[in-house]
Amino acid sequence: MSTNIDHIKEEHHHQPSGLMRWITTTNHKDIGSLYLWFSLLMFFIGGFMALIIRAELFQPGLQLVVPGFFNQMTTMHALIMIFGALMPAFVGLANWQLPMMIGAPDMALPRLNNWSFWILPFAFTMLLSTLFFESGGPAAGWTLYPPLSLQGGNSMPFVIFSLHLLGASSILGAINVIATILNMRAPGMTLMKMPIFVWTWLITAFLLIAAMPVLAGAITMLLTDRFYGTSFFTAAGGGDPVLFQHIFWFFGHPEVYILILPAFGIISTIIPAFSRKKLFGYDSMVYATASIALLSFIVWAHHMFTVGMPLAGEIFFMFTTMLIAVPTGVKVFNWVATMWRGSMTFETPMLFSLAFIILFTIGGFSGLMLAITPADFQYHDTYFVVAHFHYVLVPGAIFAVIAAVYYWIPKWTGKMYNETLGKVHFWMTTIFVNITFFPMHFVGLAGMPRRIPDYAVQFTDFNMIASIGAFGFGLSQLLFVYILFQTLRQPVTAADKSWEGAEGLEWTLPSPAPYHSFDTPPKVD
Amino acid sequence: MSGSSYYVPHETKWPFLATIALMIMFTGLANYMNDESTLTLTLTGLGLLLLVIYGWFSYVVRESEGGLYDDQVDMSFRWGMAWFIFSEVMFFAAFFGALYYARELSLPWLAGDGSGVSTNQELWPTFENVWPSNGPANYGGDFVVMKAAGIPALNTIILLISGLTVTWAHHGLKEGKRNQLILGLIATVLLGFIFVGFQAYEYSHAYNDLNLKMSSGIYGSTFYMLTGFHGFHVTLGAIMLTVILFRCIRGHFTNQNHFGFEAVAWYWHFVDVVWLGLFVFVYWL
Repeated sequence: MSTNIDHIKEEHHHQPSGLMRWITTTNHKDIGSLYLWFSLLMFFIGGFMALIIRAELFQPGLQLVVPGFFNQMTTMHALIMIFGALMPAFVGLANWQLPMMIGAPDMALPRLNNWSFWILPFAFTMLLSTLFFESGGPAAGWTLYPPLSLQGGNSMPFVIFSLHLLGASSILGAINVIATILNMRAPGMTLMKMPIFVWTWLITAFLLIAAMPVLAGAITMLLTDRFYGTSFFTAAGGGDPVLFQHIFWFFGHPEVYILILPAFGIISTIIPAFSRKKLFGYDSMVYATASIALLSFIVWAHHMFTVGMPLAGEIFFMFTTMLIAVPTGVKVFNWVATMWRGSMTFETPMLFSLAFIILFTIGGFSGLMLAITPADFQYHDTYFVVAHFHYVLVPGAIFAVIAAVYYWIPKWTGKMYNETLGKVHFWMTTIFVNITFFPMHFVGLAGMPRRIPDYAVQFTDFNMIASIGAFGFGLSQLLFVYILFQTLRQPVTAADKSWEGAEGLEWTLPSPAPYHSFDTPPKVD
Repeated sequence: MSGSSYYVPHETKWPFLATIALMIMFTGLANYMNDESTLTLTLTGLGLLLLVIYGWFSYVVRESEGGLYDDQVDMSFRWGMAWFIFSEVMFFAAFFGALYYARELSLPWLAGDGSGVSTNQELWPTFENVWPSNGPANYGGDFVVMKAAGIPALNTIILLISGLTVTWAHHGLKEGKRNQLILGLIATVLLGFIFVGFQAYEYSHAYNDLNLKMSSGIYGSTFYMLTGFHGFHVTLGAIMLTVILFRCIRGHFTNQNHFGFEAVAWYWHFVDVVWLGLFVFVYWL
């Protein structure tokens, strides 16, 4: 296993090609691309599962799948979309953008960077393989609540180990992001001069390092409870199943901000570019992001209002949760103020960003409704919750990722996408996303529970509409893939500064950006 | 903050190999837990992982000794190690949190406090909240508690002294006193392994004489998971210190440039601090 020093030197001379290039790469752009393509693949696998769910829910009664398989689909859809599609998409964007934005040659810890990517395909192979087990995949929901998750089949240790690996990957990635941002900035780039996307990622990385190990602890307790006789989550042994929910959501709530803070950073980059104005309230954006991150650690039990907590707990978590609306409101008003009297144009990234502001805010408002403890007793575990978090994750986080891809693809490839097709993609996506998720508010308020394969007949109409929307949404994303491949086939024509109002160091580099971003650091004043 | 000479390795095979080893190990372990295979696959994966770690670190050590790392790379390593330790702190926090929750919330509720009145009356009317507890169903049968005085107190002293010896060795390194460096490290490594040995003895004593097992309800669960993960970390730390000891004997590190040493020393202080938490909350209070 050992190599001598000559071999080290020799390796540095030739560049491997083909598959080996991607397996051995330490380059932030290569790794960024790997992350983004992987995320797209997972987006379609998770999306396919969502369509199985929506197909089953098109009508009441059981038509296509058995309930056990339905539960596996809801569980896997969530795990894949969160850990496979969204988180890798944001890490991919961080890999591509952070070194270019702060004037660095690469990420601070390039080998670690390679590792944090390559864990993903293996861990997801492990996770997905459980679907082919005789006893099936995990079916207790992505939150893995005991005692149900302890009663699963052979998939359980595989799911837990794959989550351990995914967590390790995220922690390594986050460590790399922090080291890069704190140590690799160009001379003159003080913290408060950093692009806002860099700031949001710095704070996200902190959340990842603080939250992922807690998940690792929680699922390790599940594992020993099931296989080694501990009783963390067994009341007869002095434990409590609710303890799992507390530990899980102590991770889980920061996790949802891990999924949205980088999206805030993207929107805060794109809105000024197409308004041709500076971002309104840069400092307050930074403070708001930090406040959201800190608050995320003291709101977790709003996911468990109906579990039977002491009244003091219910009230504490209700008020802290509502407090989050303040920094989030600061952000939304800052975006609006940025556009005020701006010289706006509406290219595809801007359209997705505008839709983000409106639709994410709808998700934010339904979150405020859910935060009200007495009201939550009605909404808890209904489709209203499903509508709420899909509004913040789909037209929220995913729209931001799509906007970022349209915005930066000329920088990455030197090639411009087809604007007309981009707009068609935007309108189809935006219309169908609302057809899919808006009706869920109504069935949820009327009492339709989540995670069931069959439902009472009075919910049929809205479910049919939602299912039609879901298939339309899925088809619209095939158009996105077509646009991507069509763009890659174009000749290199993009200008170094692809957008008139774009600001930042990445636009001072040629398009496509050179393999090593800044060999000599730029001077920032 | 100049990035012009920042060392970016051009390619690497180690992370990919490490992932393959991890997959073999975890797949084997999961099958083992499901009673579908023996530990062969797990041990194969573990062996491969150790080889990869050896190869990867040797490579990095050669790069470091070859002078490829400048101050800025050094700073990246510092940030990396510091945040890695923070992630470890949060991992232990989950288990300390579970201990707190069991003692302050779930056991009092099971004994009828607060809103737990009916649980207590209907299911376990005779249950009283006394720590340590193996729960209302007396999981694992009666057991004797591990006392703080005795081996745990001795282990506390051992770890505290090892924290001093590693600092003494560090001073030796900085002041160019080679003997002090090597003696200090040898003492630290020995103290580390003595600690682990005492823990192993304590476990066998607990299992054989005290009937204190992992299945002894919530006390056994928190006791073994907290001390077990800590012991695992001490073992890792002691192995890391051993590697550093051999590197020092070979003449690696200079009085200015020795982050490898410092990273391991940080790690050692971290397991030391976690132990103090364990000693107070698991053994003593």
